[in-house]
Amino acid sequence: MSGINDFAFKMATVNGTGSASANSLLMQAIFRMGIPVTGKNLFPSNIQGLPTFYEIRASKDGYTARPEDVDLIVALNQATYAKDVATVRPGGYLVYDSSWPMEPDLVREGINIMGIPFGRMCVENFETDRDRTLLRNIVYVGALAAFLEIDMDIISQMLVEKFSKKKRLFDANNTAIKLGYDYAKANFQCPLPFHLQTMDATKDFIIIDGNTAAALGALFAGATVGAWYPITPSTSLMDAFTGFCQKYRTDAETGLAKYCIIQAEDELSAAGCVIGAGWAGARAFTNTSGPGISLMQEFIGLAYYTEIPAVFFDIQRTGPATGMPTRTQQGDLFSLAYASHGDTKHLVLFPCNPEECFYMSPIAFDLAERFQTPVFVASDLDIGMNDWMCRRLAWDDSYRPDRGKVLNAEQLEGVKKFSRYLDVDGDGIAARTLPGVHPNGAYFVRGSGHDKHGAYTEDSDLYQEVVDRIKRKFETARGAVPAPEFHRQAGADVGIVSLGGCHAAVMEAIDRLRELGIVADYMRVRAFPFNDSVKAFIDSHSSVFVVEQNRDAQLRALIAIETGVPRDHMISVLDYGGMPLTATTVVNAVSHHKAQVHA
Amino acid sequence: MTSIAKPPVRHPGLHKNASGFTVRDYEGAMSTLCAGCGHDSVTAALVQSFWELDLPPHRAAKMSGIGCSSKTTAYFMKQSHGFNSVHGRMPSVTSGANAANRDLTYIGISGDGDSLSIGLGQLSHAIRRNVRMLYVIDNNGVYGLTKGQFSASADIGSTSKKGEANVQPPIDPVLLALTLGCTFVARSFSGDKAQLVPIIKAGLSHNGLALIDVISPCVTFNDHEGSTKSYKFTREHEVEIAHADFVPLRREITAPATDEAVSVVTMHDGSTVRFRKTAEDYDPTNREQAYAHVRACQMRHEVATGLLFVSEEGKDMHAVARTVKTPLVDLPFAELCPGNDALQKLMEKYR
Repeated sequence: MSGINDFAFKMATVNGTGSASANSLLMQAIFRMGIPVTGKNLFPSNIQGLPTFYEIRASKDGYTARPEDVDLIVALNQATYAKDVATVRPGGYLVYDSSWPMEPDLVREGINIMGIPFGRMCVENFETDRDRTLLRNIVYVGALAAFLEIDMDIISQMLVEKFSKKKRLFDANNTAIKLGYDYAKANFQCPLPFHLQTMDATKDFIIIDGNTAAALGALFAGATVGAWYPITPSTSLMDAFTGFCQKYRTDAETGLAKYCIIQAEDELSAAGCVIGAGWAGARAFTNTSGPGISLMQEFIGLAYYTEIPAVFFDIQRTGPATGMPTRTQQGDLFSLAYASHGDTKHLVLFPCNPEECFYMSPIAFDLAERFQTPVFVASDLDIGMNDWMCRRLAWDDSYRPDRGKVLNAEQLEGVKKFSRYLDVDGDGIAARTLPGVHPNGAYFVRGSGHDKHGAYTEDSDLYQEVVDRIKRKFETARGAVPAPEFHRQAGADVGIVSLGGCHAAVMEAIDRLRELGIVADYMRVRAFPFNDSVKAFIDSHSSVFVVEQNRDAQLRALIAIETGVPRDHMISVLDYGGMPLTATTVVNAVSHHKAQVHA
Repeated sequence: MTSIAKPPVRHPGLHKNASGFTVRDYEGAMSTLCAGCGHDSVTAALVQSFWELDLPPHRAAKMSGIGCSSKTTAYFMKQSHGFNSVHGRMPSVTSGANAANRDLTYIGISGDGDSLSIGLGQLSHAIRRNVRMLYVIDNNGVYGLTKGQFSASADIGSTSKKGEANVQPPIDPVLLALTLGCTFVARSFSGDKAQLVPIIKAGLSHNGLALIDVISPCVTFNDHEGSTKSYKFTREHEVEIAHADFVPLRREITAPATDEAVSVVTMHDGSTVRFRKTAEDYDPTNREQAYAHVRACQMRHEVATGLLFVSEEGKDMHAVARTVKTPLVDLPFAELCPGNDALQKLMEKYR
């Protein structure tokens, strides 16, 4: 890194002081200059007063993984200052608030330190405490615009869009930008050696977070009932769904809602609402995170055994227990794949970015209804809450929901005795009926032992007949869930397997490994149960690395359990500290292992 | 519906209701509860009520959790969908089903274990949400299926079959519901069908959650001397505070003229509940007074029964959420999906 359109910088601030909007402004401005850009908000589980960081990476090559180190840091938080100084790469730059003298022991040799009196300028130019605090962030946007050559016209245009109806705020922000910009120009050599130059690489892209994209997908898929209990990092999904519904699902004439959102008393209730709605025939979903998934276990088993469609978005965070609520992880794979007591197995989708969150939403609803079972979309905090540059979303207007085997009133008219769990065509899926449609379709849902007609049973054979059929359904699903994505190269001697949010870092790592002489094929698993090609890929590579973000190598274990591939044939690359994965982590793990093998 | 199989040949003299059904059409599978169980009498009262209301069975949904009471949804209306869910969670499943299809009649059957222990939170929040449903608690003070442990509704000093006295204070669903703002609160007795049937019918016409706590003795584990949920104790200590007669909208009011003072509450569908006052100055539309009366009875070791409180002022879940009148399950996909043109327009906001 450290070149034109190829560098990273970081803001170290205090949360609750308004830096988030300044950081988004910076990212969006770079995006509008046509330069591929990524933003990672590394925030605390807190509302106000704790350290928060925002990393922005510009990458002319389009890499979107978290940067390994930063070329410049804006260190505005006294509490983290000493640590922040240490994170700048040698030869990099540090911007600090020079309103007060800097402690001599905080000076570091080998980096460029630039003082800007952010605080003093704000005191001199703005009246209220609130303005002085909030606008300090905008002053550093101005300074960075000078250092990095961010297009000032674009920034001005964004301020116009944002504050078009608030003249006072517009003027204040404009003043703040100018203060920073002019001070940097007057006192330092601008631009810095690494900076931005307009490109044309983002016109087919958007900036969106995964939770918003997933909510949009649920809207387009026709979901009408959403039930949830607030939990970080999933909350913004239902917030976004609510916003979209208000916009697109309000009856023009009556102003009435064509959706129903229930903020439940807990996650158990949220799961119950989703299952009740799914049983009644609506497309229903909940959004939650690990602790919520733990609470929903009993209901998940009920939906599995009684065969009711339900969609669960699990925005994974760092566990176990409360864990680190604002840190990312892929630690829920076990608890999703085999959720609930007894023999249960579930369909789980692994989107790798917001774009896929959008497209996997309708797939999740289709699978849930087709297979009459819970479907999980395993996103994570990094995908869900961070802004990602993604290809512009498109919708195929010919899409029609796959409602699965549902008998309508006409079909039921001729039915003498409806048997809810009868598989007539061997795919393991029985036809269902919806309440209220026809008297002939009535049946009794029970989580207790039942036979293929839905009647209560404690008979071993009749019980097994039903659970064996459900297993058959799962086998059918193997070929219906999204297949893995393969990235192959000629002459590859290693295989890399990964999933979800690791994708960006793995793609970058593959390029860097090639430069080191290691040619890797890559398989991104996109769903559980695993398609047959998963085993084939692993079998066809003599050394296979499984990259995932949890301590216990959960993906590797699932592959071993489900495909029979020996666990030791797969080398784990694990990253579970809660931060988005970097390419360097993958490169180092693979190259060190290869070096050891050859030594 | 009862523990005794009925002859398959129907009595030719059975009357059909306006929907063309005989009372037998509202029955379900044969009960597997103990002979004499109060719950079977509640089931019989439900069957009678549905028949009298001309309810088309397939337009009703029977919801329950786990326990003896929850099993009873299999014993009535075999032409209705039924959902025997997980322990204490019937209210959330019903909330979701109601959100999806607001046009069905939801009949929730629960028990004191299901609603006052494991499901207390769900009961409370279904009341708060005001889900339009009939919510019957078959209340016997014990866990029957696990053989006689005290439940959360057992009174202090009430004894178990083995003679052990309960020491923890009871949770009274009626007082709880009144406190939480429930808009229809009643208590009845499984042995008093004449009182129970009009209350059930009024509850089914209520615009919100209608809670009926039914003292329904457990003949096997809690019907002995020393129990305060026995047939004997309930009969001797029942005090009917306000007797309700239910008059559906379309029927002429043929209630016999009486000297008693009668007050009338009109339900949202136009039907009426006529109260014959049996307790002096009792006003069933006054929440505070209802609470005070029930509490006073409790202090005297009496069981206050009747339709204790009703208000048609409240908004149900859909009224609060301002959802469309058409059930969400009936909305065509074209009305739900904004389409690619709208998406492309929206995408500009993410540039």
